[in-house]
Amino acid sequence: MQPFHTLTGTAVPFGAENVDTDAIIPARFLKTVTRAGLGAHAFATLREDPANIFDAPQNRGAPILIAGDNFGCGSSREHAPWALADMGFRVVIAPSFADIFAGNAFKNGILLVALPQEQIDRLMEVAADQPLTVDLENQVVTTPYQDRFAFAVDPFRKDCLLNGSDEIALTEALGQDIAAFETRLASARPWVGGAAARVAA
Amino acid sequence: MSAPRTLYAKIWDDHVVRTGDDGTDLIWIDRHLIHEVTTPQAFEGLRLAGRRVHRPDLTLGVPDHNVPTTDRYLPNPDPASTLQLATLEANCAEFGVELIGIHAAAQGIVHVIGPEQGFTLPGLTLVCGDSHTATHGAFGALAFGIGTSEVEHVFATQTLHLARAKAMRVTVTGTLGFSISAKDVALAVIGQLGTGGGTGHVIEFAGPVIETLSMEGRMTLCNMAIEAGARAGLVAPDAKTFAYVEGRPRAPQGADWDAAVAYWRTLPSDPGAVFDTEIVVDGSAIAPLVTWGTSPEDVVPITGTVPDPAGFADAGKQVAAAKSLAYMGLAPGTRLADVAVENIFIGSCTNSRIEDLRAAAAVAQGRRVAPNIRQALVVPGSGLVKRQAESEGLDRVFIEAGFDWREPGCSMCLGMNPDKVPPGERCASTSNRNFVGRQGPGARTHLLSPAMAAAAAVTGRLTDVRELMA
Repeated sequence: MQPFHTLTGTAVPFGAENVDTDAIIPARFLKTVTRAGLGAHAFATLREDPANIFDAPQNRGAPILIAGDNFGCGSSREHAPWALADMGFRVVIAPSFADIFAGNAFKNGILLVALPQEQIDRLMEVAADQPLTVDLENQVVTTPYQDRFAFAVDPFRKDCLLNGSDEIALTEALGQDIAAFETRLASARPWVGGAAARVAA
Repeated sequence: MSAPRTLYAKIWDDHVVRTGDDGTDLIWIDRHLIHEVTTPQAFEGLRLAGRRVHRPDLTLGVPDHNVPTTDRYLPNPDPASTLQLATLEANCAEFGVELIGIHAAAQGIVHVIGPEQGFTLPGLTLVCGDSHTATHGAFGALAFGIGTSEVEHVFATQTLHLARAKAMRVTVTGTLGFSISAKDVALAVIGQLGTGGGTGHVIEFAGPVIETLSMEGRMTLCNMAIEAGARAGLVAPDAKTFAYVEGRPRAPQGADWDAAVAYWRTLPSDPGAVFDTEIVVDGSAIAPLVTWGTSPEDVVPITGTVPDPAGFADAGKQVAAAKSLAYMGLAPGTRLADVAVENIFIGSCTNSRIEDLRAAAAVAQGRRVAPNIRQALVVPGSGLVKRQAESEGLDRVFIEAGFDWREPGCSMCLGMNPDKVPPGERCASTSNRNFVGRQGPGARTHLLSPAMAAAAAVTGRLTDVRELMA
């Protein structure tokens, strides 16, 4: 993944609550076999309104999105963060995020920043005409008006984001542990293996 | 004597490959179900990195999300769908993964075929690139939806890095009333918790109502745990679970079966196990429920009225409710039983199993679909469910009543195939999500149980099924 350190840029003051992944990318756009190009269909229903916030000239290509509570609820589709990333977003700031979406966003190098609603309200206000800065190393969001909002981040995810790690390669490095587990599993719960046919590849 | 543990903790502890120093554990995954929509990019990732599927014997594929529910031997009119289905076939062949193909007798919705095949077992960790994987928790398996990057990670390593969730117990007390189904229980729980109420938690459903639910009912309930924001739903395995699993094609046999059952009996939460959150739902008070808005938490008894947005305490909810009602074309104070519908959908991973079809057929029997209904689809969850229903004559009941009897798949639940609700029209649907545009652009969804959907079909409006069945 692309490393993330510090980013300063326009934040879209969207603010909606319970934004589900069907709203971020409707199912009819999921019939794709690649990750690319989903940004054009992101928030498709909302963007049918020509006056929508995402297509406002000042917000085009903005790297930060500010949303309301429980962002990303619903379907597990990773097309949602792919669509957000394809639109140019690298950070979403909201009071809370749905679990599966949070995992998916992280895997795609999108930093999720959870802040209390009062701080979100303040950032929405500032974002109307000023950029925000998101500093992952120091875990803080700042504004040109000296606001300074600290945020929590899972240490593993922080490390991966800062280094742009390939998570599969990190896990493959634990191959001995995995092999040892498989040996234990085969004797402790022998019924687990062999549930599907081994098809010649 | 070790401290009492929850079912969730026991499954977790038995799957830790390695404890991380950062609050996450590397967790072994026993089962991986895959379908056409969330895997192409994961296989592509493997190919680009020169990786293999580590344990094909724990991986099973089936197409479901965008398969047509009409004759599959006719050309698929949608080239994007055709490509996605062909890509799944080609990827499974290339990586040595077993695929239950589109023409196989056992093809069906991934969350219907897993249990049906005995691929889903108690005590397992099971994942799929689909949020409704929570369904399999009905067996006492830790089952949850994952994204495509995680699908790729499981392909390559058969593990996931996970942080332990909080444990919640939802106890449903009392006895369910006449014509009240697991779907009503699920909607009642979501109505009480809200769509974010379970975030960060795994929910264990317990109590007398859960014990009396059939395996199909438990699947319906766990299926919708995700709609309360929970990572997974769980029900402790019991004699009913073992009876369902025994003899299924991929279930353990002989000495393995005995050893497995002995292990499964150790899994239920110990007396005194501590849950981070405890919720009690009064099962005796649950009426047939329907949704009025665009979130699964927007539930109201069929005897009730559309709420007034001004009546919600928080300002955000007021705005959301007003928006929902505008989208749904409903005015506050309207009686739900006066709301006419034009479409009926009986199906989805929530409600497409044999028991669901029996419940709907019992209402449809000897009645006719109302003239204002434009589409009334019955979409069995799998080819085997379809065959069972046909052997019981349920297909005749539906067809004679004027329903359309279809081939298995996800269908109108999410409108990825041609089965859509037209813009501005209403659908009484047994699916799981009433989100804006979920069943097609502009579609207005009312979630309800299979019996309630059949009742709406024969009256042409949302209807209290108890009135028809009294």
